[in-house]
Amino acid sequence: MAETLFYFLVYPGLLFAGVIGGLLSWFDRKVTAQVQFRKGPPVLQPFYDFFKLLLVKETLLPARGAPITFLVAPVLGLFGATAAGVFILVPLFNLQIGFEGDVMVIFYLLTIPSLTYIIGALASGNPLASVGASREIKLIISYELTFLLFFAAIILKADQTMRMSEIIQMQTQTAPFIGSLSGILLFIAGVFCVQAKLGMVPFDIAEAETELSEGSFIEYSGTVYAMVKLTRYIMLFILPALIAGFLMSGFHLQGWGILWAILKLLAVVLLLTLIRNTNPRLKIKQAMRFFLIGMNALVIIAIALTYLGL
Amino acid sequence: MGMKNFFLKKSLWVFHFAGASCNNCDIEILDVLTPRYDVERFGIQLVGSPRHADVILVSGSINQRDKSRLEEVYNQASKPVFVVAFGACGCTGGIFAEGNTFAGPVDQIVPVNAYIPGCPPKPEAMISGLSKLMQTI
Repeated sequence: MAETLFYFLVYPGLLFAGVIGGLLSWFDRKVTAQVQFRKGPPVLQPFYDFFKLLLVKETLLPARGAPITFLVAPVLGLFGATAAGVFILVPLFNLQIGFEGDVMVIFYLLTIPSLTYIIGALASGNPLASVGASREIKLIISYELTFLLFFAAIILKADQTMRMSEIIQMQTQTAPFIGSLSGILLFIAGVFCVQAKLGMVPFDIAEAETELSEGSFIEYSGTVYAMVKLTRYIMLFILPALIAGFLMSGFHLQGWGILWAILKLLAVVLLLTLIRNTNPRLKIKQAMRFFLIGMNALVIIAIALTYLGL
Repeated sequence: MGMKNFFLKKSLWVFHFAGASCNNCDIEILDVLTPRYDVERFGIQLVGSPRHADVILVSGSINQRDKSRLEEVYNQASKPVFVVAFGACGCTGGIFAEGNTFAGPVDQIVPVNAYIPGCPPKPEAMISGLSKLMQTI
């Protein structure tokens, strides 16, 4: 029992994923600043933001709306992100714990944060937040099928095993999946799905800082907003880690393996950041068409290529 | 208490309230986010919602219609929040001080923590004002 709690709360769960996610968030902001020829924030900036929200700021409740749902939603989102993080990171770091979920558990747990953003936004009773929530719903409808097909293609490539540790083991014994043609197509589709899941710029339709003034999160303040921030830091760590595990043969934390693991993670986050910095925000219609037609076709081609052994 | 103030000082999020501004101050505010001045170095960033704000930056003269809105935004912001009066109109009323729709300078409507005078203030003046605000925290 104590051991399980340790896995969830300290390593590789809440504390570890939060710290690494915060550092990656700084990396994201620093690269953004460098792209715009700015200097950028200091390394600990995401932690200053988090602790300021957690300790200093007052938590306000909206006058209309459901206060309890509004307050509980971010906590549930944090729980979902942490649980998904544990199930992704345990096989990645090659830890041995009793229960190891298959990749479908990861898929469902990864939807929880987006769902709680919607629930929290609708509970706030703010019209801008409800517009953000409805856009988030449409975005989920568009990318979730692609993401599911992406999982299916990976399972197919790994000889129909549903266990993440076996998928990683298989890539270590033969070659990383990204080395094949279908692997490259899957990497492209996977990166765009992660981009949409993180709500980063071409797909920040729900948040839309300039038109909806932060959309779904407009009413959050203080401690609950700190929870939302932490959830987003954790998602910024575990989703690139998932891509690295599925396509780049995971992390091997011995000797030089640690450096390789860091490089793989930073490469994926760098790619996400560069996409974020070189694209304008899409309309919801364009985003839906992009995923439902373009990305789905890409993944289906990848599945067909897998059958042909490419 | 010292640690809390440290975190607050390191991450000031600014909400920009434009009153009946002539738009000149608003352009100067955007200047401090550009590569030349880059206030994100100090953890300052612009936010879209008063709920997230630590600093409310008020530019432009406040007329009869803006008055209740400024009070509303101030009440909606999660405390502790600092108010900065920006530009000649925000600080004193400037050339609009005698106008018949003028509802008083910002400090007669909400408590003000820092004044940045000028028409419009230079970006350097704004950075100087914000750093003086940080010293008072």
